[in-house]
Amino acid sequence: MLEGVEFSVASGTALVLRGANGIGKTTLLRTLAGLQEPLAGRIEVPREDLIYASHADGVKAALSVEENLAFWAEVYGRPLDGAVFGTFDLEDLRGRLAGTLSAGQKRRLGLARLGVADRRIWLLDEPTVSLDRASVAAFEGVLRAHLAAGGSVIIATHIDLLGEAEVLELEPFRAAVMPETADEAFL
Amino acid sequence: MKALFLRDLRLAIRAGGGFGLGLAFFLIVVVLVPFGVGPETEVLRRIAPGILWVAALLAALLTLDRIFALDWEDGSLALLATSPLPLEAVALVKAAAHWVTTGVPLAVAAPVLGILLSLDGSVAPVLLISLLIGTLGLSVIGTFGAALTVGLRRGGLLLSLLVLPLYVPTLIFGAEAVRRAGDGQPFGTPLLLLGGITLGACALLPFASAAVLRINLKASA
Amino acid sequence: MSFWEFANPRRFIALSDRLVPWVSGLAALLLAVGLIWGFFFTPDDFRQGSTVKIIYLHVPSAMMAINIWVMMLVASLIWLIRRHHVSALAARAAAGVGVVMTVMALFTGAVWGQPMWGTWWAWDPRLTSFLILFLFYLGYLALWAAIEDPDAAADLTSVLCLVGSVFAVLSRYAVNFWNQGLHQGATLSLDAEENISDVFWQPLVICIAGFVMLFLALVLVRTATEIRLRRIAALERRAAHA
Repeated sequence: MLEGVEFSVASGTALVLRGANGIGKTTLLRTLAGLQEPLAGRIEVPREDLIYASHADGVKAALSVEENLAFWAEVYGRPLDGAVFGTFDLEDLRGRLAGTLSAGQKRRLGLARLGVADRRIWLLDEPTVSLDRASVAAFEGVLRAHLAAGGSVIIATHIDLLGEAEVLELEPFRAAVMPETADEAFL
Repeated sequence: MKALFLRDLRLAIRAGGGFGLGLAFFLIVVVLVPFGVGPETEVLRRIAPGILWVAALLAALLTLDRIFALDWEDGSLALLATSPLPLEAVALVKAAAHWVTTGVPLAVAAPVLGILLSLDGSVAPVLLISLLIGTLGLSVIGTFGAALTVGLRRGGLLLSLLVLPLYVPTLIFGAEAVRRAGDGQPFGTPLLLLGGITLGACALLPFASAAVLRINLKASA
Repeated sequence: MSFWEFANPRRFIALSDRLVPWVSGLAALLLAVGLIWGFFFTPDDFRQGSTVKIIYLHVPSAMMAINIWVMMLVASLIWLIRRHHVSALAARAAAGVGVVMTVMALFTGAVWGQPMWGTWWAWDPRLTSFLILFLFYLGYLALWAAIEDPDAAADLTSVLCLVGSVFAVLSRYAVNFWNQGLHQGATLSLDAEENISDVFWQPLVICIAGFVMLFLALVLVRTATEIRLRRIAALERRAAHA
């Protein structure tokens, strides 16, 4: 539970959220994505420019890599651009069933959704989990390219990613007392 | 929306299980009935419409929890909820996919199984049409139940308890139409009422399903 | 002082603590008068004999079974629109009473039906509708019990109550269509030409009032209990956090 958090992210910049486990990074991202409502406060996000990547990849094991991405491309109303397979190092895996992928490959497939959707603001929750070092570096490159193209990124991560980006340390905002939750009405 | 529909169809077919299981269940229930009530043709002919309808309804119930459960577990549902697709459309499309993979095969199989219960051949078209219309309604109503229980670990039994009372009007009108056809009476009224319920459910329930999904997504953090 | 002030849990508990003795006293008085009058001081019916006297339990419980569902529907709407916790908890409290009333109506109906119709049960539209109503109550209560997060449970059960109400009405008409029944017409209605005669009518109205008071007392107590449970949970959470 967090309180008093205040930030804004301009286009072309990134914000890295840091803090101990359970402090509320995921909740903050879910709130920005519109899955939850803040208990108090105001959020101004252009929802139609957002894309959210959660812990879970949302990858369908019974579909091939290409079918998985084609589905998301169509949901976001975009043609499937073949270049995305190269960007996320999935070229050789296109026809493989997603169920046969390793954890890292699955993660790359999950992240490739960002590439097919063409949204300006990326909300990323621990995107590098189970990625190897080379993949992390490659993903950092993807993020830099996105920023250079005028996009924005809000990312919760434990590793050093995007060294130049602004960091928001959440520890000072840990709610001192239990905030006004629903149960407060009963006290 | 088309993408989601095709994806759900593809998943249902590739994952196997689902729709074959429903059909097998339907067959087994219909086969068991004569063992229970005895082999007299007259008795079987009289109860055939009801048996076929109840068995199809239960078979459609079997696969309801799969409508959202898998998408819930692998996180797709949260990603879909933040995508440009409205959740109302997601609910309706998923109901339609469920209908195509369970309701339609059940409806097509029903006249064949009707032979086992000595159902009159002339009744078969009414049986087929009533089941085609009715199972669409059942899928849409069932999707609402599945959305209600998606966040629960053991929601299966609860899902049946919630959904079965909601199935009563559909079952009554559907089976009544077939029974009247079997007795040589006009069956237009129950068939129209059945269609009315299905249309009403298609028009309104996706909103309730979407509202319920949002509540469950909100509470899942 | 507006009605909505009682949406505050504290105020509600204070109010219910003050009201419960009076309401339950009134319920006991009305039920005692109505039932004793009805059972011992009314003549036997010329056709139904003394069996008719079960009406003093059957009609009030059946009326309550339906009215409680309507009250739950209103409470659910208030929760969904105005987000008053007391309203959601009152709906849950009422459902517990409603399911008992439904069982009571079914049971007294069976006991009455046996000597009159010669059968404990018939698939008469009214009987069938009550059986379906019973299933709706069961599902509603089961959903409440299954969900851990109390606010999500309130939201989900409220939507179920809304959708269920629509389907309950649909079922009523469907069942009518399906079978015309044995059950006699309404015992009490303002526009019917033939009503129950005055001798039976007066104690029956007292019994109905007694049932309403009994329901009110039970709902007040049960809602207050639910509020206290939530309060304990909130205190425990706060203690764990500190």
